[in-house]
Amino acid sequence: MRVLVLLLAFLSVPVFAQQTMPPAPYAYTQLDDPALEAEATALMETLRCLTCQSQSIADSDAPMAGDMRHQVRARLVAGESPTEIRAWLTRRYGDYVSYQPEVSATTWPLFAIPLALLAIVALVLLRRLGKRRSDAASGAD
Amino acid sequence: MNRLIYIAPLALFAFFAGLAGYMLTQDKDQAIPSQMVEQPLPDFALPPATDGIPGASRKDFVGGEPRLLNIWASWCLPCIAEAPQLEALRDEGVEIIGIAVRDEPENVADFLARYGNPYTRIGADNISELMIEIGASGVPETYVIDADGNIRYQHIGDIRADTIPVLLEQLERARS
Repeated sequence: MRVLVLLLAFLSVPVFAQQTMPPAPYAYTQLDDPALEAEATALMETLRCLTCQSQSIADSDAPMAGDMRHQVRARLVAGESPTEIRAWLTRRYGDYVSYQPEVSATTWPLFAIPLALLAIVALVLLRRLGKRRSDAASGAD
Repeated sequence: MNRLIYIAPLALFAFFAGLAGYMLTQDKDQAIPSQMVEQPLPDFALPPATDGIPGASRKDFVGGEPRLLNIWASWCLPCIAEAPQLEALRDEGVEIIGIAVRDEPENVADFLARYGNPYTRIGADNISELMIEIGASGVPETYVIDADGNIRYQHIGDIRADTIPVLLEQLERARS
């Protein structure tokens, strides 16, 4: 058993092969300016990691996510705004890179349908309650 | 009629369970197409990835014939499968410029010695700069770049024998 565990431990080594390169300067290093770093974190939480796809680049440990975090921090330091950086990435990867749902030509029903359902429920409730009240009023007569 | 109403929730559940089961068997397309196709290749200049082969920059794509830009890495397994197909393309007279992603010079040299070198130039993209600039989300990816330096076509994943005619046709189309 121990031998097997030991063997398995060595088997996993090639997985780390692509991480022998040092990470990009800003991949794991926070910015010195806390306000700028807060902006970077907020932006990174809304950007999708392209290799893991179900994580934001702030959450992912994939090398590509580290390289994307470097781009975000380096561009903020260079004076770009979070909106500009987000737009720069969207120009390359499309809406897919956004990890924050946004209202657009294809996604508006996602936002509109719940509101419409709530409106219908409110309408039905109002009519029913209104009817009961008028029934009660006419019963009292 | 009343009995049927009692079955309705179960039927609804069976429908959704069936739908979920069916979707699990369907292939999900994981590829993220680059929005940079039909856009100019962004400006870049990358140092050589290993000794003896020059690095790559945007100006290497301008003038002459359309070229292939191949994003690869020595640590990438599909790139090994792709290597003979790239050599076949080079033998067709296509210039292929490589971009080695997050790669050590000695590993690049080792890969080329083992699987052949179809490249005229290889730039070292150590922090995925160019990858992100051109909207690539993985390795390998191959782009057709026309002689004006515009991105004309993107192939995601390894090049197989049946991809070669597609790439040759796209290279031909990139001449106009």
